[in-house]
Amino acid sequence: MEIKIHRAGLLTTVQDLGRTGHRAAGVPLAGAMDPVALRIANLLVGNAENAAALELTLLGPELEFSAATLVAIAGGDFGALPLWQPVRVRAGGRIKFGAARTGCRACLAVAGGLEVAPVLGSRSTDLRATLGGWDGRALRDGDTLRAPDLVRESIGHWHIDERVLPAYSRAPTVRVVRGAQAGEFGDEIFASAFKVTPQSDRMGVRLAGPVLGRAGAGDLVSSTVVPGTVQVPPDGQPIVLMADAQTIGGYPKIAHVITVDLPLVAQLRPGDTLRFRPVMLAEAHELALARERALAILHEGLVQKFR
Amino acid sequence: MTLSPLGDSALVIALGSGLDPSALPRGRALAAALAHDPIAGVVDVVPAFATVTVFYDIAHIGTYAQLCAELETRAQRADAALLSVATRTVEIPVCYGGDFGPDLAEVAARTALTVAEVVALHYGADYLVHAIGFAPGFAYLGGLPEKIHTPRRSTPRTSVPAGSVGIGGAQTGVYPRVTPGGWNLIGRTPLKLFDPANTPPALLGAADRVKFRAITAEEFAAWK
Repeated sequence: MEIKIHRAGLLTTVQDLGRTGHRAAGVPLAGAMDPVALRIANLLVGNAENAAALELTLLGPELEFSAATLVAIAGGDFGALPLWQPVRVRAGGRIKFGAARTGCRACLAVAGGLEVAPVLGSRSTDLRATLGGWDGRALRDGDTLRAPDLVRESIGHWHIDERVLPAYSRAPTVRVVRGAQAGEFGDEIFASAFKVTPQSDRMGVRLAGPVLGRAGAGDLVSSTVVPGTVQVPPDGQPIVLMADAQTIGGYPKIAHVITVDLPLVAQLRPGDTLRFRPVMLAEAHELALARERALAILHEGLVQKFR
Repeated sequence: MTLSPLGDSALVIALGSGLDPSALPRGRALAAALAHDPIAGVVDVVPAFATVTVFYDIAHIGTYAQLCAELETRAQRADAALLSVATRTVEIPVCYGGDFGPDLAEVAARTALTVAEVVALHYGADYLVHAIGFAPGFAYLGGLPEKIHTPRRSTPRTSVPAGSVGIGGAQTGVYPRVTPGGWNLIGRTPLKLFDPANTPPALLGAADRVKFRAITAEEFAAWK
């Protein structure tokens, strides 16, 4: 079946959980900015968690489906469809998403997953490296995506347990573990709120707030970074690196947003604020394991809900 | 050797400090050993500079302490086996000057050398790949002779062709693909530094040695 993109929206890309295993060659992770939304959207239509889906940004697309299918949207609310549940689309059906009412991004999963060729083991779009997804770029008006022809329906009435969902907010407190240069900065980062600036993108969420002064002077040897790394460039305004971040960075690392709170950062839009709160590594690991257990339970529960 | 966390999904094994070149082959040996005999839950291994970064999936490693202990054992074992790891030298043909190196004359003027001297210094040196990063396939090369260190252009170009060889401050390197860039362009290679269809996708890897070789425009054009 075909999915015709009548209007592409602001930044609509094909994403899965990213391109793991090639960082030694300098290949960034890419993948959905909000991986929890992607995983749940996929589970809600009976897909594997890592299937390719559409990532919508701030202003959604207008789509037409050539055949009946099952879709689900997760993350931010772009109107048109209810969040966090499977929705049947008829043959010839059109979905016209609007501007995000909550959050910044959403993942739209389609039964069977979007059919694009994997590049280095992933269907995600790396916009900066122009790699993977739909020709390495964001979708444009008139593009036509493909998805498998399969009839899949959800059985009965049910809704997912909202306790598995990230606690999205326009002013979240985001938990971090220490970065390698945390000791050179002191605790200023925990004292104030930071505002998300319009320069934020899939590489990094750029923040404005009190200038974070570094005691240690001098250039650092570049080193590996990871989505969630909070870098402080010389202007003292921190950047939270996100999905498309390069694999090696040269700025001091003050902290790292923990895995379970990255979706909260992914859903912030310009003007929103966040605060940071320190936790120990062991707590970050426990929270990540608890999230994995909750998603595994959701997965098991949903397996019987499709035919 | 020290292990330190990089967020809650990766850790950094430091085998030396700064740009210590002796740590590079050790990092490469450890990465090769982990590729040959993987540890459950380890999803990516990146040798870079004097470190190896190990990415893990917390749900599949047992405990973090177990992973750290296992990695220390592996690193010591890889060190012991180091003598058997061969160094690799990759030759990169470069057509210097002309349309491929629009800044070569500027580099010569700034360094008070002739164009021929700049070119000879550039291909005469032995380079070491400290890391691949910044962009897919981009090598951080050490070894640029000090005489041809040249500050970056004050206005970066909006588009630098793939294969361009440049000098930026104390660094030299090859642009793997078309990107904006601020380095002084002195030549171009017909080689592909990054191709997702290849295994591995990058031509160069950390700890590789690199030699540049001057080729003519005719050789460049005939390159397959």
